[in-house]
Amino acid sequence: MAAVTSRAQRIGRPVSIIAILLVTAIFLFPIYWIGSTAFKPRNVATSVPPTVFFQPEITPFVKLFTKRAQLREQPTQEEYDAAPWWEQAIYDGGERVIKARGEPLLSQYPSRFINSLIVSVVSTVLAVGMGTLTAYGFSRFRVPGADDWLFFILSTRMLPPVVVAIPMFLMYRTFGLTDTHVGLIILYTAFNLSFAVWLMRGFIDEIPKEYEEAALVDGYTRIQAFYKIVLPESVTGIAATSIFSFIIAWNEYAFALIMTTRRAQTAPPFIPSQIGSGLPEWTVIAAGTVLFLLPVAIFTFLLRNHLLRGVTFGAIRK
Amino acid sequence: MANIALKGVTKRFGNLTALKDLDLEITDGEFFVLLGRTGAGKTTTLRMIAGLEEPTSGQIFIDGQDVGDWGVAERDVALVLQQYSLYPRYTVRENLAFPLKSPIRRLDAATIAQQVERAAKTLRIDHLLDRKVDKLSGGEMQRVSIGRAIVRNPRVFLMDEPLSALDAKLREALRTELKNLQVNLGATFLFVTHDQVEAMSMADHIGVLNEGQLVQTGTPHEVYNHPLNTFVAQSVGSPPMNLLAGKLDKGKALIAEAGLAMPCRAAPAQANAGSSLVFGVRPEDISLEADAPGEARIYDIENHGVEKILTMRAGETTFAATVAANSQVAIDETVRFAWNPDKIVFFDGETGNNLQAG
Repeated sequence: MAAVTSRAQRIGRPVSIIAILLVTAIFLFPIYWIGSTAFKPRNVATSVPPTVFFQPEITPFVKLFTKRAQLREQPTQEEYDAAPWWEQAIYDGGERVIKARGEPLLSQYPSRFINSLIVSVVSTVLAVGMGTLTAYGFSRFRVPGADDWLFFILSTRMLPPVVVAIPMFLMYRTFGLTDTHVGLIILYTAFNLSFAVWLMRGFIDEIPKEYEEAALVDGYTRIQAFYKIVLPESVTGIAATSIFSFIIAWNEYAFALIMTTRRAQTAPPFIPSQIGSGLPEWTVIAAGTVLFLLPVAIFTFLLRNHLLRGVTFGAIRK
Repeated sequence: MANIALKGVTKRFGNLTALKDLDLEITDGEFFVLLGRTGAGKTTTLRMIAGLEEPTSGQIFIDGQDVGDWGVAERDVALVLQQYSLYPRYTVRENLAFPLKSPIRRLDAATIAQQVERAAKTLRIDHLLDRKVDKLSGGEMQRVSIGRAIVRNPRVFLMDEPLSALDAKLREALRTELKNLQVNLGATFLFVTHDQVEAMSMADHIGVLNEGQLVQTGTPHEVYNHPLNTFVAQSVGSPPMNLLAGKLDKGKALIAEAGLAMPCRAAPAQANAGSSLVFGVRPEDISLEADAPGEARIYDIENHGVEKILTMRAGETTFAATVAANSQVAIDETVRFAWNPDKIVFFDGETGNNLQAG
């Protein structure tokens, strides 16, 4: 193809590339910083001026996952040699791994991480599932006062959720829902539901209802038609809505901080709580943060094609 | 196969009355075309028979049974739409098999495969079976849609302007095919269209709908030659019937606006001398003759190859005439014309009703 470029285009292209790189760099810098800190030796992490080049080590991650105590007496040479590499790394930092019956004890981080996963995944599935069904109802049936209902659904998002934190906390305490997975799941599902209903309604509205009517005429029930025709057609919408819901639930801090303390505590309130105990171990916190970023990154990466089509929705399809 | 009957069916959407007290009878094995403009209530009628819409009042019978509280699937009708009727993401084969795979039919895989093959052969789409539907042309898509309807031997075929989205040539070809298919299947077809050519060329019976009311039903011949009112007269025929307002005077049609006094057949009793009338005459019943009683100026000539359609002006009135293609005429030429006095249709000047009807 013959390249027909105007002068503005010839100049504009490199300029826009530079601008994109610059903006990307600004957005990615905190991630780079937290990522590099996670691999820094402890003294390097807090050096002033910051160290850019260093010998990376895995020790912060070992520390993240193990329960540790200050060394009162140095291990003997035999003990040190017999220890696996990760235990040696802890010894090197002047600490020892706490063991029960010879087995190393895990830190609280993995359980907090799993709590986050449980709460986020379950609440996302619930919110998107219920949201899709609700949106389908609004999209396809004559619901009396549909606009009022939709406004009402959206109005739950019109005030910052933290405003209702105290009454919510009191209610949760009465019902015994504080520090439970179920409690957080209910909360996050409620947050995301209105959002899911609105987003999914837009997507389902775009699917011609003729498809389902054809399926009805072809001998299927409404539910079968929904399952066989509407659901496959709304995969893009479901993917986009799921990502947004998941991110909101995964990153939620305020309610997790108020409603959970131990058993059901999620990672966001847990990670900063580690700063408080003794000298802040920035490298360990950074390691925890890096791992915390991974699920969202993986989830988004897996659904990236749908997400791109989902967020530019309306611009691409007629 | 089955017959369909609608008795006093009314459908309202909020304040809007889509259909008013509709009575309709479609006999077993006939090709019935419902003709009307956009918003006349054609599609609503179809959707109510399919069960996708509930009538506000009135009854619908399929094979003599009141299907009022039957579900869509139970009615066992097939529906072909103008577009969006194929399932995206599926291949042609999967689309054709879809109705057969419905849990209510309990067919085994071999039977399904066999019926899909047969339907595909009938419509000559067997070479497309493994193609995704979004890779099909418009004509192929509509063939597949029709295939999905015939694959399961429904009791009634409902077609909602299935040819309207196609280009002219394809439309013509599919028209013939569809008519042949209906004859071969011996099936009951209810076909909805705004295109009078489709109605005239395919129908055994035509029903003309106007603003939710059935104006006339009859064979294409009846509807064409004996329109019940001026609306029907203008709905069928291309160009439509000429309608000229005037009076009867001593056995002649007096059209004051055009300054014409034309001979005409014996008027019906209701057409009193002096009462205002509308004379209906088909363009093909007007001919150019040297010593004819009418005089008009040629305003426009449309050459259609087999014939010419002339737009003629007399006084303030314009009307159309179809003449042989070899007629020597020129624009702005003043010509003399006659009409076939036996073919004149008399309409009441006030109501527009045919004075000889009923």
